[in-house]
Amino acid sequence: MTSFKTRTAAALADPLLKVAVERTAGTAEAKRALAVDAFAGFEDARTRAAAIKDHVIANLDTYLERFEANATAAGATVHWARTADEACAIVVDLCRRAGARTVARSKSMLGEEIGLPHALAEAGIRRIETDLAEHIIQLADERPSHIIWPAMHKTREQVSALFTQHHRDPHVEETVAAMAESARRELRSGMLGADVGISGANFLVADTGAICTVTNEGNAELSLVPPRMHIVTAGIEKIVPSMAHATHMLRLLSRSATGAAMSQYTTFYAGPRRAGDRDGPEEMHIVLVDNGRSRMRDEGLAEMLRCIRCGACMNHCVVFRQIGGHAYGSTYPGPMGAVLTPALDGLKGNQDLASACTLNGKCQEVCPVKIPLPTLLRGWRERSWREGLEPVSVRRGIAAWAWVARRPALYRLAVGGALRAMRLAAGAGGWARRLPLAGGWTDHRDFPKPAAKSFMDRYGAGER
Amino acid sequence: METATSNPDMSSRVEKPTVALFVTCLVDAMRPQIGFAALRTLAAAGCEVVVPRAQTCCGQPALNSGDRATAIDLARRTIAALEGYDHVVIPSGSCAATIRVHYPEILHDDPLWSPRAEALAARTWEILAYLDEVRGWRPDAVSLPATATYHDSCSGLRELGVKRQPRRLLGAVAGLSLKPLAGEESCCGFGGTFCVKYPAISNAIVGEKAAAIDATGADLLLAGDLGCLMNMAGKLHREGSPVRAFHTVEILAGMGGGPAIGEEA
Ligand code: SF4
Repeated sequence: MTSFKTRTAAALADPLLKVAVERTAGTAEAKRALAVDAFAGFEDARTRAAAIKDHVIANLDTYLERFEANATAAGATVHWARTADEACAIVVDLCRRAGARTVARSKSMLGEEIGLPHALAEAGIRRIETDLAEHIIQLADERPSHIIWPAMHKTREQVSALFTQHHRDPHVEETVAAMAESARRELRSGMLGADVGISGANFLVADTGAICTVTNEGNAELSLVPPRMHIVTAGIEKIVPSMAHATHMLRLLSRSATGAAMSQYTTFYAGPRRAGDRDGPEEMHIVLVDNGRSRMRDEGLAEMLRCIRCGACMNHCVVFRQIGGHAYGSTYPGPMGAVLTPALDGLKGNQDLASACTLNGKCQEVCPVKIPLPTLLRGWRERSWREGLEPVSVRRGIAAWAWVARRPALYRLAVGGALRAMRLAAGAGGWARRLPLAGGWTDHRDFPKPAAKSFMDRYGAGER
Repeated sequence: METATSNPDMSSRVEKPTVALFVTCLVDAMRPQIGFAALRTLAAAGCEVVVPRAQTCCGQPALNSGDRATAIDLARRTIAALEGYDHVVIPSGSCAATIRVHYPEILHDDPLWSPRAEALAARTWEILAYLDEVRGWRPDAVSLPATATYHDSCSGLRELGVKRQPRRLLGAVAGLSLKPLAGEESCCGFGGTFCVKYPAISNAIVGEKAAAIDATGADLLLAGDLGCLMNMAGKLHREGSPVRAFHTVEILAGMGGGPAIGEEA
């Protein structure tokens, strides 16, 4: 895979990307601000949400067992997967048992995380992505660039071109309505004819054994009810104790994600079709996936397991807003991704993610479950330093600076010397357009010429 | 992030407190007049100010680079240099936050140093919050006929709750009018080592910031952290903008008539 810097450079060089990201994230930012202002007691709701998740994460075994018992009682079958591969194997196996040739899939970040699209393709199973954005990136053969809007990196014009090229009965007019209609025609027959429906879950409700999904297109309902089998894949941290807890989280989720008070569709599924039901799948399977989550809990990342995947942190991140999601090179982008990716895929090769952050704290300010993202990112930086993954130049620089900073008298001398050197290199005038060793700075901005004498020297000489 | 609007230790509303000024390495080397402005405003606000000789840098670069051992070492030295005064005052939100928020964190497991870190944290203030909240001071004698716009630097804003204090202080400067800055609470892309490690991303961020500053039509850009100011002023100057940049405390000290950042004395 390309390096973070290469991907970043490509992203920064793409003017369309900036337009597309700004349209979506900018709107989301403004709408969230309005929604939060209109929500009396938002702060208390965040505190409570964080407490609910912390309680569940600390008692995960209890709640998972309760969920399994209740889901089973409702007629579903619960499977456990320790790794991504195990999870995919279980899903593929179930599809084969159902004799599935096509599956209708409703958007799920966990599905992306475990590589399910790839596993289904390998097994020769045709996958119909029923979420509009997922459908777009399936046509483009790309990966999601945002956890709420997987295709946020594409402009309307780019989407139109894709539909014209791939749809059997493409739109004639280039309006949003006509494009949506074209997608609807394309997808609906696929949804209705699929053998298996696969979804993720926004919440797993322990005391009823229900799963909850949230969509704005209704595609989950349409793709999960008609097929003979419904398979759910969900991370074990998605659990909440009760329906009341789920609804509390839902109030925060939609407002944080899109600024809407509620999502268009919120559905709770408990078990398959019962005797006398008019519709619903004959079988419901729930695959509970660990894939590093219990390890995160044990290794100081328990707070990250609070995440309800709302995307607010990335929408408000100055870095994400410049480089978009693909630059992060993994399933989860933005601040939450920079914490999660090293936990899921290992730190080596991903150490750039934690340092590509200004630690400005905005992500933590907007996170509905108060995850201390900057602190967790700093934690990865420390581990990266301990494991020697930081560049030698940085290590040497910090070591040299620290050596001097420990010796105040020498430090004074060194500052004096550095100032003389910088002033010499800066040349005439107050601003330097170019400074040796400071190319990273002066490539883009001017550097103010430093003072002739430091504060400490002048103060020491009696100036006040 | 919890925003602390008032310091836990209000016990020392001393008549004439002895204040240790922590100058910050950036102010020391790049713009000493911020240090002198701090001396003047603190004296005007009725403080006895000392500048402890043993101070160097608070260790923030090491802390943010992940070099915890070095950060801890420099934290201990800084604590030793700054304890024993009524208050410690710093003309930088990010250095003040390092001492107030991060020293207690990184020394948490050290039975000897943890109480000292906590004690120092409780007495440490960002200068604008200190002048406003603790001293209740106003720059009554200062006037500056100009329009200015204010950028809220991230650490001061989110780790220390510095937001209204600078605006209240600047509001008392005769002739100065403040213009709101679109996105005033969003990061300028400096981020300490971030701007040298990822110059291209940093540039893209500060480019937008500079455009927003320009769009206010203000004469002056003010903020409370020299790092952010150098970043924004450097970009503004590269783009040919006429906006001039000062640390807020320079304005409060009546030094707004002098050279701005990047102007020769
Ligand atoms: S970390 Fe917080 S803000 Fe980011 S996606 Fe998760 S819950 Fe939302």
